[in-house]
Amino acid sequence: MGLVEIRGLNEAHIREISNIKKEEAWILDYRLDSFRYFMNESMPSFGPEIHLSFDDIIYYKSSVADSIQDSWSRLNKRVTEELDELGVIESEQHMDGIGVQYESEVIYHNMIDELKEKDIIFTSIEDAMRKYPELVRKYFGKIVSNHENKFAALNGSVFSGGSFIYIPPHTKLDRPLQSYFRISSRSMGQFERTLIIVDDDSELHYIEGCTAPDYSESSLHAAVVEIYVGKRSKCRYTTVQNWAHNVNNLVTKRALVDEDGEMVWVDGNIGSLVTMKYPCCVLKGDRSSGTCITISVASTNQEQDTGARMIHLGKNTKSKIISKSIARNGGNATYRGDVKITKDALYSEAMVKCDTLLLDEISKSDTIPRNLTENDSSTIEHEATVSKISDENLFYFMSRGIDKERAMELIILGFLEAFRSELPMEYAVELNQLLKRNL
Amino acid sequence: MQMNIEDLTVTVAEGKKILDHFSLALAPGSIHVIMGPNGCGKSTLSKVLLAHPHYNIVSGDIIVDGNSILPLSTDARSRLGIFLCYQNPISVDGVTNSEFLRTALTETTQERINVYTFMKAMEKGIEELSMDPAMMHRFINQDFSGGERKKNEILQMKMLKPKFVILDELDSGLDVDSLRIVCQNVNQYKEENPDTTILLITHYPRILEYIHPDYVHVMRDGKLVEMGDLSLAQKIEKEGYLGTTSMGGEHHGE
Repeated sequence: MGLVEIRGLNEAHIREISNIKKEEAWILDYRLDSFRYFMNESMPSFGPEIHLSFDDIIYYKSSVADSIQDSWSRLNKRVTEELDELGVIESEQHMDGIGVQYESEVIYHNMIDELKEKDIIFTSIEDAMRKYPELVRKYFGKIVSNHENKFAALNGSVFSGGSFIYIPPHTKLDRPLQSYFRISSRSMGQFERTLIIVDDDSELHYIEGCTAPDYSESSLHAAVVEIYVGKRSKCRYTTVQNWAHNVNNLVTKRALVDEDGEMVWVDGNIGSLVTMKYPCCVLKGDRSSGTCITISVASTNQEQDTGARMIHLGKNTKSKIISKSIARNGGNATYRGDVKITKDALYSEAMVKCDTLLLDEISKSDTIPRNLTENDSSTIEHEATVSKISDENLFYFMSRGIDKERAMELIILGFLEAFRSELPMEYAVELNQLLKRNL
Repeated sequence: MQMNIEDLTVTVAEGKKILDHFSLALAPGSIHVIMGPNGCGKSTLSKVLLAHPHYNIVSGDIIVDGNSILPLSTDARSRLGIFLCYQNPISVDGVTNSEFLRTALTETTQERINVYTFMKAMEKGIEELSMDPAMMHRFINQDFSGGERKKNEILQMKMLKPKFVILDELDSGLDVDSLRIVCQNVNQYKEENPDTTILLITHYPRILEYIHPDYVHVMRDGKLVEMGDLSLAQKIEKEGYLGTTSMGGEHHGE
């Protein structure tokens, strides 16, 4: 396949993408249905203003390789070097498996042999659609509807790449699986689609990383992530997005959690121009639980509109949201959350804790919670604080010989400790470096 | 460290005078006590010596070993060797005691400190202060009792090895056993580092049973009004601050 670039959005372009991928008819139908919805749906009525010229965006850019490789040496040398510089290749040794998406296509996938023997599937969504159509079809688009919002519909129209993971029953991995998403071109849109199925009595930790170089043209990342957590299973999904400051990051992430299942979102937002992201747990099964631990750091021109959603359907379900936001240099970090305990979700508990640290007078922060319980036996606890670094805290640190910058750094890292402690060691170290560069 | 506080006048943001032409010379190795009723300005003095941002120096100077320290920031003064043991140490979420102390030590000595050496030294200090070893990995003073907080201050002193130690109301929040342990540690530090100057700020004379001062000063309305030896403190214990000289018409004690 030669280099293909598709700019602008119309039905012909969508058919072209589908054609390139040699998809089955139901997938094209899904794309076209999504596109119709996208055209009729207005931009989100809440949150930051988004300035996007849909005609100027590149919706598809073909990969540099003809097929997914499992060896770095078989990739284009320039791309391999770029990934090496980003630390992606080095990180493979800490993982049980790793995938890389470059622009629109997944170019690399590999995992340790033990996982292959356990019948674990870790591949691109396109590959999965070809090889495991029944499995994909059972869940694809069922957890996040393509009629959910404008950007989920956009993703449904033009999705390309993303991971597919299937963990069979009674299977546990020792180390995480990781996917890395790289945007390299100007005006590029990335629309990956991730589907994760953790079958009954299993466990998965999945890590997603992403970066893009800083261009003046704004680009778009509109991903959809769907996760099914089976009975008595656990899934943990860790992301630290460090998109360049020209990327609009508009992502829909949702997990459906079955009986006694447990879903944990660990979600860090440091980069991007605008981020709108509210990882969601639908606690369908009785005694299922969901946690979302999120941080947002917003600096000049950045708007981080992030939070979480917890929908309690089953009885005795539990959810916890911990949100930490930092705004500096005129940035805007807003928590937007939605907790709903439905009528039948008896004896359920939800806890929401939002803390904001404002580093100067020109930065902004808002807390916009929506907490609703429809039965009397359940409770929602909500706690929110907004603070700045106090003179007394700085004085205490400085009176021990620590200079002001280092003192602020320690206090800020301390503020984010609840999040940092959830990350695997090498990621926590990387996050520290990232925060130091951004503060 | 020779410190001369010369004719120092200090106001707070609202313009209220807190120190009023205050002068005191502290020679290396000496132990001074400043006593006085609440609100006399003694805790302010301790913060002013470390350039707390809420206070303005109107006139006067603070000279350390011949140089004015007024241009120096809080952290630079700390690195000179001035240490304040706070009356009410704050707590900080997310920063562990060991992380904090190790950073302070690195910044103070400007040397990279071997983790193992540091841990050993910290463990030793913790043991000498009869603290829970797990405190190393707890956040700064988080869920610490008043006594644990004070012990933590003294632990920091022992590790940072200052030359000039200000003990602000060391005995507040301490039970008898903790007070004894804390004072033993201060005395031991003084013994091992005889040139250390100690400035003890206290409302109650009780602590002087444990730490024996060379000089006792009485402070009122932002200035020193009387100086003596231990017998002055004993007199205050018996008669209260009302018995001291230069009494104005107003009543300050509680």
